[in-house]
Amino acid sequence: MSAIAVWAEVSEGRYKKPTLEALTLTRQWADSLGLPVWAVVIGKELPTDSQQVLGDYGADRLISILDPQLEPFVNSAYARALSELIQQKAIRYIVIPQSYNGRAVAPLVAIWADAALFSGIIGVPEKEGEGFKARRIAYSNKGFEWVYTAHLPLIVTLKANAIVPAKNSRTPEQESFSFSPKAEDLRLKPIRVEKIATDKVPLTEAEIVVSGGRGLKGPENWKIIEELAQVLGAATACSKPVADIGWRPHHEHVGQTGIQISPNLYVAIGISGAIQHLAGVASSKNILVINNDAEAPFFKVADYGIIGDAFEVVPRLTEAIRKYKAQHSH
Amino acid sequence: MKVLCCVSHVPDTTTRIQFTPDGAALDRTGVTFIINPYDDFVLARAAELKEKSPTTVQVTVLCVGKNGASSADSVDGNLRKALALGLDEAVRIDAEAKDAYYVARQIAAYAEGKNYDLIMFGKESIDYNGSQVPGMVAALLGLPFISYATSITIENGKAHLTREITGGKEVLECPLPLVLSAQKGLAEWRIPNVRGIMQAKTKPLHVLPPVEILPRVRTLKHEPPPPKGAFKKIELDQIDQLVEELANKGLI
Ligand SMILES: Cc1cc2nc3c(=O)[nH]c(=O)nc-3n(C[C@H](O)[C@H](O)[C@H](O)COP(=O)(O)OP(=O)(O)OC[C@H]3O[C@@H](n4cnc5c(N)ncnc54)[C@H](O)[C@@H]3O)c2cc1C
Ligand SMILES: Nc1ncnc2c1ncn2[C@@H]1O[C@H](COP(=O)(O)O)[C@@H](O)[C@H]1O
Repeated sequence: MSAIAVWAEVSEGRYKKPTLEALTLTRQWADSLGLPVWAVVIGKELPTDSQQVLGDYGADRLISILDPQLEPFVNSAYARALSELIQQKAIRYIVIPQSYNGRAVAPLVAIWADAALFSGIIGVPEKEGEGFKARRIAYSNKGFEWVYTAHLPLIVTLKANAIVPAKNSRTPEQESFSFSPKAEDLRLKPIRVEKIATDKVPLTEAEIVVSGGRGLKGPENWKIIEELAQVLGAATACSKPVADIGWRPHHEHVGQTGIQISPNLYVAIGISGAIQHLAGVASSKNILVINNDAEAPFFKVADYGIIGDAFEVVPRLTEAIRKYKAQHSH
Repeated sequence: MKVLCCVSHVPDTTTRIQFTPDGAALDRTGVTFIINPYDDFVLARAAELKEKSPTTVQVTVLCVGKNGASSADSVDGNLRKALALGLDEAVRIDAEAKDAYYVARQIAAYAEGKNYDLIMFGKESIDYNGSQVPGMVAALLGLPFISYATSITIENGKAHLTREITGGKEVLECPLPLVLSAQKGLAEWRIPNVRGIMQAKTKPLHVLPPVEILPRVRTLKHEPPPPKGAFKKIELDQIDQLVEELANKGLI
């Protein structure tokens, strides 16, 4: 029996948004082909809510690949596990979230399982002639590309925030697949993880991002950005020069050379909208620009624009949101 | 130590991207091509390693690509710019970069048996943003692969690395040889000096034929982003209405 497999990535013991998005896409693709969905979990142990969560998002079967050596994550061991599963079960369609770890795993599986790879697609693959086509973003947000292959197996990685997770509940059967990594797949040794001390959502997963540029004049003025981000439950970001001069930490820098994001709402404050900045943020679903220069290029890609002084506009906006939320919370 | 740096040849970051009328390809007229910006981090790190141990470190720069019609679209020109950072030799595999799999097979075929200790890539190419080639090369050569590396130091045949992950970084160790893809942080960008540029003119640039490989993925067509209409202009006294609208759209 054939199926579509999806790597249900566990991160810090949980199934996070990129995995739920991948499950949702897999369910839709599987329905279009009349195939069941197999969610593949790799690690030391199964998170206790696995059957519940994976079932909620459409998995018909939960295949666990568990071994003490699969913790912490090492890309080659995970890729080897997936490749062996694909080959032994003759799986022809595989979905992988385009998270950091997904990007480190997918190209290895493509080689070891002798598969074609569509990277960072933004919608369900469609049948086209003998093969499949899918849409992806190319040229750093300056265009789209339709890719095609007739080669199977086919692996697709799903770009973050491209589709909205949707429930499609069922109770998955459970199965375990036996696998132990070999020494050659464990040459890379993780020593430790250093998390950025922050109570905010990571930039790449945030649904709302509030971002500041050189227009804010200095690091002491970031309070208005932080406060707006706080009422919105948003992550904070910044333009490159702001990180380069040390007003903000480097991990907040978005754009061509920084982090690429596509939140539902991107609020750009005192940022001119240079093409290299847009390369990292232009796929945001909605863009609100606050800039005192009506000619700022950012307005060309804005959905909403406020032409005005950030120091006047931002506190007002924060206050209006606070007021609205107070009135509408129960 | 032998180092291989792989670079791609991409439209300059500020280029207005236009496609041919049928959408099949990039319209290359008037476009300046540069070395992929992430690959510049790799070249800079290689130049640092070379500077530290000029006699023991050997650096090769490689690109799979064909020279375009104009001097603004010359792979060889860009390879010479890379050499001007003080690197040793360049290689161009004389073939159009058809897809990631095709490019990875070309690079692996070149590197096979040459005993590189370190093979470095950018994290992604800013044309197709695929992040595929580096991992594929690692898998083809059977080497460990570190993606989104933000630092590497080497001591006694062992590398100490950091890599970017969601919300932080991971610290790792790995014996050489290895393959990495670079994120910002690996090194500071460098600009070649006049001496470097002069010396680069006479350094070896080998042009090699491709091995025969069938690509696996092809582009059906490109589409420009949908045109954005004019934005909705919000006056200062309309901020409450804006908040209302964002909330109704489920955005906040
Ligand atoms: C190869 C390369 C890669 C690059 N990569 C990136 C990247 O990844 N990310 C990135 O961001 N940049 C990148 N850049 C830099 C980019 O070209 C711009 O220089 C940069 O984005 C500008 O930052 P900014 O908008 O904060 O500053 P500025 O261009 O100085 O703009 C400041 C803006 O603030 C507005 N302003 C001033 N005062 C106020 C006020 N009181 N209220 C409201 N608005 C105000 C101004 O009107 C102006 O529009 C890159 C450049 C190169 C060459
Ligand atoms: N045609 C090419 N020739 C040599 N290296 C390449 C080529 N294309 C991509 N690369 C390398 O692979 C990296 C990732 O590219 P990509 O997988 O296309 O996003 C780039 O930063 C380069 O280091």
